[in-house]
Amino acid sequence: MSETTHDGTVALSAAVSPDEGMTAAQLAAKYGLTVSGARPALVEYVRQLWDRRHFILAFSQAKLTAQYSQAKLGQLWQVATPLLNAGVYYFIFGVILHASRGMSQDVYIPFLVTGVFVFTFTQSSIMTGVRAISGNLGLVRALHFPRASLPISFALQQLQQLLFSMIVLFIIVIGFGSYPGMSWLLILPILALQFLFNTGLALIVARMGAKTPDLAQLMPFILRTWMYMSGVMFSINHMLAGRSEAFIRAMQVNPAAIFMDLMRYALIDGYGASNLPPHVWGIALFWSVVVFVGGFVYFWKAEERYGRG
Amino acid sequence: MADLNPGEQIPTVIADELHIVYRVHGAKTGKGSATAALSRIVKRGEERGVRKVHAVKGVSFVAYRGEAVGLIGSNGSGKSTLLRAIAGLLPAESGKVYTNGQPSLLGVNAALMNDLTGERNVILGGLAMGMSREQVRERYQDIVDFSGINEKGDFITLPMRTYSSGMAARLRFSIAAAKDHDVLMIDEALATGDRKFQVRSEERIRELRKSAGTVFLVSHNNKSIRDTCDRVLWLERGELRMDGPTDEVIKEYEKFTGK
Repeated sequence: MSETTHDGTVALSAAVSPDEGMTAAQLAAKYGLTVSGARPALVEYVRQLWDRRHFILAFSQAKLTAQYSQAKLGQLWQVATPLLNAGVYYFIFGVILHASRGMSQDVYIPFLVTGVFVFTFTQSSIMTGVRAISGNLGLVRALHFPRASLPISFALQQLQQLLFSMIVLFIIVIGFGSYPGMSWLLILPILALQFLFNTGLALIVARMGAKTPDLAQLMPFILRTWMYMSGVMFSINHMLAGRSEAFIRAMQVNPAAIFMDLMRYALIDGYGASNLPPHVWGIALFWSVVVFVGGFVYFWKAEERYGRG
Repeated sequence: MADLNPGEQIPTVIADELHIVYRVHGAKTGKGSATAALSRIVKRGEERGVRKVHAVKGVSFVAYRGEAVGLIGSNGSGKSTLLRAIAGLLPAESGKVYTNGQPSLLGVNAALMNDLTGERNVILGGLAMGMSREQVRERYQDIVDFSGINEKGDFITLPMRTYSSGMAARLRFSIAAAKDHDVLMIDEALATGDRKFQVRSEERIRELRKSAGTVFLVSHNNKSIRDTCDRVLWLERGELRMDGPTDEVIKEYEKFTGK
């Protein structure tokens, strides 16, 4: 069969072309061809991403409704899941462990539920973010779109999930005597900042999870540790009373604690500004911008490597 | 290439000495046990546990606008890998692929979202390919009709996990074919459809070529290659064994495989 092997295949296919003798790179340059799978520049990447905004939104909504499509109660779980979560934490930390020290029941229950919902928002953004690429390889390998669409879309899905939880939260907060006031308007900037922060984290873990899928196994433990350190079910101020000022401050600048405290401050009448660390808005803004921009650039740097077989 | 004036040949895909190497983790030790994995980590033997598979070895070719190029070769000869590299989904070890615009790869394994309905998949697939909402709305009915999913009842509103593999492949092809691609690559997607659908999709491939695109087709069905392609690349063990007009190459290939 040796006569059928053609090693000089370039010459074969280019023989009839007037471009004979040009190297592949010269030929590509002449006809404006670009290297396949090359990473676009950051500005161009942002523009591509903006072009896909309808996809990002539609994908997040589709995932949200598909989440409970196999359950008999269907979309009711959107509200029931956070409610059950809050119930479990109340039973363990409120009833059994009395973690409410320093707070009346009227403050503690909304305090706890707000904390659980706000932390769950970040937690689930990270958990879905880890699998944003590695869990959607079929889609990544089938179609071309800026890969950042996926983690952003999953973060957006969690934001929509949180809006369902907020309905439950409002009812609980009002039920314990904190009525809507001007401070409730703060919810919007808080959610915007936290969403930015979550998206940045989702982008970071999406890149790490794409390379090391094992991270999805490890993540629940990291997140649980973070949760217990963040004061979801206890007030950092009260729990650490007597420790050094610097230590308490260090615990309080934790972004999860910042977002929870801001939300509690906005919603709960009995949770005053004295519970917030100084410069709380500045710290929140800092975390959001730094994590979002950093996460975006970090994700973009590996754009051409996602979906590798 | 008889219908093309050589002076008008515009290259759309150029592969230049392309090499692709897969790195398979944990394949070398033979033992998949936890202790073996642990000892690999402890010894920090990244290279020890990694086995390299040289899937494509120095392939070069130029494909032109309006061509339909068939890829043939026995299983594991590197056809799908080559397509993935052209699509930019697999980074090259050395060498380069230049393409005009963004090539789209359409494969049998390219699962869309199985937990969503066919309807949602059509909309999301269209949006992901960069179509606007209006374009997706306009073409929605065409896509569904083309796929023939609704011929036997209202299946488009069911989740994709309930589809048969043939139905899913048909829908995927219909979504990808709805857009005019500069370079479209089809990886054995036609094999799963029934005869009626195969005829429809061959027609669509011809249309796509007319709208100034290049189509690559991987198939083990020599007849569907004959019907759609005018040029064939024959890959064997990752090397380009032959490149030429369909009839010539397929004749040699059939001699080689002993048909």
